[in-house]
Amino acid sequence: MSDALFEYLCRLGDNTLVLGHRVSEWCGVAPVLEEDIALANTALDLIGQTQLWLGLAGEVEGKGRDADRLAFHRDAWEFRNLLLVEQPNRDFGVTMMRQFLFDAWHVDYLKALTESSDARIAAIAEKSLKEVTYHVERSADTVIGLGDGTEESHARMQDALERLWPYAGEVFHADAVDEEMVKAGIAPDPSSLRPAYDARLAEVFAEATLTRPEDDFAHKGGKDGARHSEHLGHMLSQMQWLQRAYPDASW
Amino acid sequence: MSRGAPHIPEAGHPRRARPAPAPVPGTVADAPAPAPRGTGHKPDIATVWAWLAGVPDPEIPVISLVDLGIIRDVAWEGDTLVVTVTPTYSGCPATSVINFDIEKALRGHGIADLRLERRLSPAWTTDWLTDTGRAKLEAYGIAPPRPAGGPQHCPHCRSTEVERISQFGSTPCKAQWRCLSCREPFDYFKCI
Repeated sequence: MSDALFEYLCRLGDNTLVLGHRVSEWCGVAPVLEEDIALANTALDLIGQTQLWLGLAGEVEGKGRDADRLAFHRDAWEFRNLLLVEQPNRDFGVTMMRQFLFDAWHVDYLKALTESSDARIAAIAEKSLKEVTYHVERSADTVIGLGDGTEESHARMQDALERLWPYAGEVFHADAVDEEMVKAGIAPDPSSLRPAYDARLAEVFAEATLTRPEDDFAHKGGKDGARHSEHLGHMLSQMQWLQRAYPDASW
Repeated sequence: MSRGAPHIPEAGHPRRARPAPAPVPGTVADAPAPAPRGTGHKPDIATVWAWLAGVPDPEIPVISLVDLGIIRDVAWEGDTLVVTVTPTYSGCPATSVINFDIEKALRGHGIADLRLERRLSPAWTTDWLTDTGRAKLEAYGIAPPRPAGGPQHCPHCRSTEVERISQFGSTPCKAQWRCLSCREPFDYFKCI
C-alpha cells in the first residue's frame, strides 16, 4: 500500500511541478505585463502545491527524501506526470489551452480529494482547491477571449486544441495504482470525472467558437512513467542542472 | 524548497539577543517588557498573542500576522511554546519569512524553547482577516476582500465605478483593479 501511495502522490506532485515549471518559463517574456504576472502567480501556486504533495510523498516513502530531493534528483523515467503538462509552451495560445485542459480536470479532482479517507491528502486538496479555482476561471476566460477573438487568435486556439487533444484523455485512464487508491477511499475513480469534464469543455468551447476534435484517442505513458515524451528530459535538464552539477548546493 | 519549522537551537544555547521588530501602531501598547532570559518564566498566552500582533506581514507591513488571521493557535506544551501557523497561499514566498519573523520576535521577548507548526486544514480564508486588518488595508490603498468577489469601492476616491484588470497581482493574495473615476489602479485583496 505505501508503495502505491508513494506512486500516487508523485503523480499529483509531478503534475504540479512540471506544469509549474513550464508556466514559469514565461516569466519576463509574456505578451503583456498582466499576463506575465498571472502566469508567474499560477506557477507559484503550482510549485507550492508541489512542495506539499512531494513532501508528503517523501514522508510516506520513509527513505529520507524530501520534496527537493524528489524534484531535483530523479530522472525523466521516474517522473509520474501526465504527458499533457510536459508539452512545450510554444505560443501563448498553446500555453493557455494546455492550462485550461489541465485546470478543468484539476479543479474537480481536487474537489473529490477533499473527501479523501487520508486526512493529509484531504487537507492539501482543500488548500490547493482555493488556488485552482482562480486558475480555471482565468484559463477558461482566456480560451474564450482568444477563441472568439480575431481570425488569427481563433486559428491559433483551434490549432492548439487539436495539437493537445491527444494528451487530454490520459488522466481518465485508471491503472493498478488508481484502483488501489479507489479501494482505500483515498481517491476517486479517474473515469468518474469524465462527464463533468466533457460538460465544462463543451460549455467553454461553445462560447470560444472552438470545435472539439472528434477522435478521443489518448496517448498514455506519462502517469506511469513508461513513455514520457522527449520534451520532459529537455525540461528537466534545465530545471535540475544546478542540483546535478552541484549536488545539495544551498544558500 | 525547505519547509516546516525553522531550526530551533536548544534552550540555553548562547546567542545574541535580537531586538523586537518595529511594532504595528495600536497593537502592542500593552505588551510587557521582555522577560529575563533563562529564568524559566512562561508568559501567559494573551501576552504572546499581543507580541505576535506586533509582527508585521512581510509583504504588506501595514497589517500584522494576527490581523492576517494566519496564527491559528498559541499554546504551552510543557516548557515549549507552540505556535501554529497556516499558510495563505501554498506557494507564497512570504511563508518562510513569516516563520522566521515569528521566531525572531518571540526570541526577542525571551522565549527560548519554541516550536512552529504548520496547519493546512481548515485552509486559510480571508474571513479570518480582522476588522482592524481590513481597515488598515483600505487606509493603505488596498481594497479589502468581500464575498461579492470585488472591491466595494476605490480605496483612494471611494468611487464605486471600478473594473478588474486581472485576477492576479503583485502577490498571490491580490488582484489588480482600476478606478474609472480617479483613473488610479489599485490592489484588491482576493477573497478566498
